[in-house]
Amino acid sequence: MKLAYWMYAGPAHIGTLRVASSFKNVHAIMHAPLGDDYFNVMRSMLERERDFTPVTASIVDRHVLARGSQERVVDNITRKDREEHPDLIVLTPTCTSSILQEDLENFVNRAQLEAKGDVMLADVNHYRVNELQAADRTLDQIVQFYINKARKKGDLAEGKTEKPSVNIIGISTLGFHNQHDCTELKRLMADLGIEVNEVIPEGASVHNLKNLPRAWFNLVPYRELGMMAASYLEKEFGTPCVDITPMGVVETARCIRKIQEVLNAQGADVNYEEFIDQQTRFVSQAAWFSRSIDCQNLTGKKAVVFGDNTHAAAMTKILSREMGIHVVWAGTYCKYDADWFREQVSGYCDEVIISEDHGAIGDAIARVEPSAIFGTQMERHVGKRLDIPCGVIAAPIHIQNFPIGYKPFLGYEGTNQCVDLVYNSFTLGMEDHLLEIFGGHDTKEVITKGISADSDMNWTKDGQAELNKIPGFVRGKVKRNTEKFARERGIAQISAEVLYAAKEAVGA
Amino acid sequence: METLTQPEALNFECETGNYHTFCPISCVAWLYQKIEDSFFLVIGTKTCGYFLQNAMGVMIFAEPRYAMAELEEGDISAQLNDFDELKRLCLQIKRDRNPSVIVWIGTCTTEIIKMDLEGLAPKLEAELGIPIVTARANGLDYAFTQGEDTVLAAMAAKCPEKAPVMESQKQERNAISQLLNFGKKKEEVAADESEYVNHTPLVLFGSLPDPVVTQLTLELKKQGIKVSGWLPSKRYTELPVLEEGYYVSGMNPFLSRTATTLMRRRKCKLIGAPFPIGPDGTRAWIEKICSVFNIEPKGLDEREAQIWASLEDYLQIVRGKSVFFMGDNLLEISLARFLIRCGMTCPEIGIPYMDKRYQAAELELLEKTCHEMGVPTPRIVEKPDNYNQIQRIYEQNIDLVITGMAHANPLEARGINTKWSVEFTFAQIHGFGNARDILELVTRPLRRNNSLKDLGWGNLVKEGAKV
Repeated sequence: MKLAYWMYAGPAHIGTLRVASSFKNVHAIMHAPLGDDYFNVMRSMLERERDFTPVTASIVDRHVLARGSQERVVDNITRKDREEHPDLIVLTPTCTSSILQEDLENFVNRAQLEAKGDVMLADVNHYRVNELQAADRTLDQIVQFYINKARKKGDLAEGKTEKPSVNIIGISTLGFHNQHDCTELKRLMADLGIEVNEVIPEGASVHNLKNLPRAWFNLVPYRELGMMAASYLEKEFGTPCVDITPMGVVETARCIRKIQEVLNAQGADVNYEEFIDQQTRFVSQAAWFSRSIDCQNLTGKKAVVFGDNTHAAAMTKILSREMGIHVVWAGTYCKYDADWFREQVSGYCDEVIISEDHGAIGDAIARVEPSAIFGTQMERHVGKRLDIPCGVIAAPIHIQNFPIGYKPFLGYEGTNQCVDLVYNSFTLGMEDHLLEIFGGHDTKEVITKGISADSDMNWTKDGQAELNKIPGFVRGKVKRNTEKFARERGIAQISAEVLYAAKEAVGA
Repeated sequence: METLTQPEALNFECETGNYHTFCPISCVAWLYQKIEDSFFLVIGTKTCGYFLQNAMGVMIFAEPRYAMAELEEGDISAQLNDFDELKRLCLQIKRDRNPSVIVWIGTCTTEIIKMDLEGLAPKLEAELGIPIVTARANGLDYAFTQGEDTVLAAMAAKCPEKAPVMESQKQERNAISQLLNFGKKKEEVAADESEYVNHTPLVLFGSLPDPVVTQLTLELKKQGIKVSGWLPSKRYTELPVLEEGYYVSGMNPFLSRTATTLMRRRKCKLIGAPFPIGPDGTRAWIEKICSVFNIEPKGLDEREAQIWASLEDYLQIVRGKSVFFMGDNLLEISLARFLIRCGMTCPEIGIPYMDKRYQAAELELLEKTCHEMGVPTPRIVEKPDNYNQIQRIYEQNIDLVITGMAHANPLEARGINTKWSVEFTFAQIHGFGNARDILELVTRPLRRNNSLKDLGWGNLVKEGAKV
């Protein structure tokens, strides 16, 4: 047992659901107790989804415990098949079903006999893998399933596309700024004259998976999701994989040069050097920013970075290599892939921290007192407590990290966004200190509207006690309204009763 | 509907139970705040932790007095010893937080692996010197607010049996009278006592925000009824005395286990009343308690009329509109009854679990309200099926759907007004003074969408995207 207050990566089934519900017309059925379908709330809230999340639960209740799910799971699968005609139904195990050890594979086989769509069991063990690993596996599993199916039917796409083309692998629902990154990557590919063959899983149809081999190469922008599917495609069809995250000016150039190399190896004759030069010097503002006086002021400032592998590694390199900021430590919660992280950030920070314990991360922040933090929502809250500004660069995230405006982190527009994020974090911190040193803009107390906060009214002790229970931000208003009420009625002593009588009368 | 002169009885149905609700462990979110010296330990998996962390949003960052005892593979396969593991974690909690009580929340996983929490608790309690309360608030058996029910039922067993003999200690025990007698001299306290009718002690149960506790306590005081204590109290050390023969009354519709425990185990007498939600409910609640104590209620007519009058602006918005409860928190019957009294129609009340005995008075009031308002009685659907419900919502052209967040945005995108049901569990909705708050919530989507209605973008999904 582990005492835990908070976790960075969610349970395995969340990863499976993220991948399944990213595809078009794929439905996931969770084998889970009542209340485990919280994923639907997150997707509906955070992504502000207009459509019903294609996830339902086959409920595990007391009866299931006693005699097994029996027909229930099969019925739920075939029912969903009839109601919504999904192309694929993914039966998703949860922590509960992991320990029940029901033969879910058997349910899938039985349901498949009746269902018009395909049915599969997500192959994830709740106690062995987390959200990110499960997402990676599920994507791989679905890709393999449909490649094999196409092979059997003999309609697997053969040969490469005429012009150079790419599969973008790993864009998913509830991913950090994934929608915007996807748009930016498509734009970048268009600029490079590369056709986008398929984007998976977001918005893709499983019927199109048989076309995956037609691409000249696969681009996997995020370390956490898509690597397994890409290596499968590489092994199976020899499709090369570019796995350099184009985040930051230098890494974006490196990614493009790698693409150039991969395409030229297959007989294309492309040279992207001029494009990179143009973009770097004149389209993206990041290179110019790093040269400007603003950025000079950031030189040697201390920062810490924490997040998933992709974003923490890229951010560390941007801060250190492109802005001259002193990254005291960089860390990741992707413990299972720690070696990769170490290798990526070596030379760009003093210390590497690998941990899933937010308490330890909080302590590490307090210890070094950086001028700015780049982390998850948790680090943002640590920053609040310590009065250190924080830019959020990775999941776990809140609704404000699903902006409606265009905010990619990848590609050349992404470099601009990163500059704003970094710069705004640091200046805010600076402003704060100046205010503190010079005693703030305005040291006078705020003058209340109308009736002054200090009044001649008498509050009884119970009245005062009741008033104190009212949240601070409305207390002033309640106090004023109550006193006005008492004054109008000639009540001299304000007790708890008067307070509530006033509330009823005023309706506030 | 056909002739309404013939009173129709309520119609109960039961569907498949494929519906969305919160896991009952969510009760720690409000109970740890209510019981200030408690610590809640949820013994479960990452799934439970992930739910709590996301459902409670920003609260999670405020150093909450709850944590997960996250089970690992070794715990599941019994390679690790449950007792030793729990002891290690509870010692850590004792050292870091020093709570007056540790509440263990059993989950689906502890049920399935049959971890004997009730058996382990007394042993560890003795070693640790801190009381341990065990509540099995799991998704196998319960929905959302029923979590509180399991915790309070467990706490009912821990309430002191006898009022302490010493006069001074007696006052220590009673948090409410202390609050009301704050700083007064002894004679004044005695004078206060004279304001009350002499009646068998009454203890109210249900976790409500402190301001609501004060309001309802004062409401009964006006009738000369003294509230001897609340389950739960602000602090675990102030749990009310429960002697055989005391009267108890429930504040919320989801507390049936607690009610049963109080009656069977503590030999208390339950006052089965409608719940004080809405001015009609509050009045009926007071009247029922008064009738038990043979008190003629005073001034309730004017009081209720006054509240209704003050709601007129909101009533104008809701009158004649239809409301559909998809069902997820068990407050549905009381809310529907209030909204029907407000002039709404209600074709369907979805509800996770319907205890017809505990809610008898509330159901009766619902039926009576329907007849008096001349509207058809709703169909009450226990264990609803959300998919079927959505088809019914489309067919019936509903004006307002009260539903969970999983369905709210998709319904709004299809031009259907929704109100997020969970807000009713966190808002202050009890008593005369908070009726306005209920209507504030109910009318908010109607007011908002009214201001958008001429813009021509009611429906925001493409053709064919029905489901």
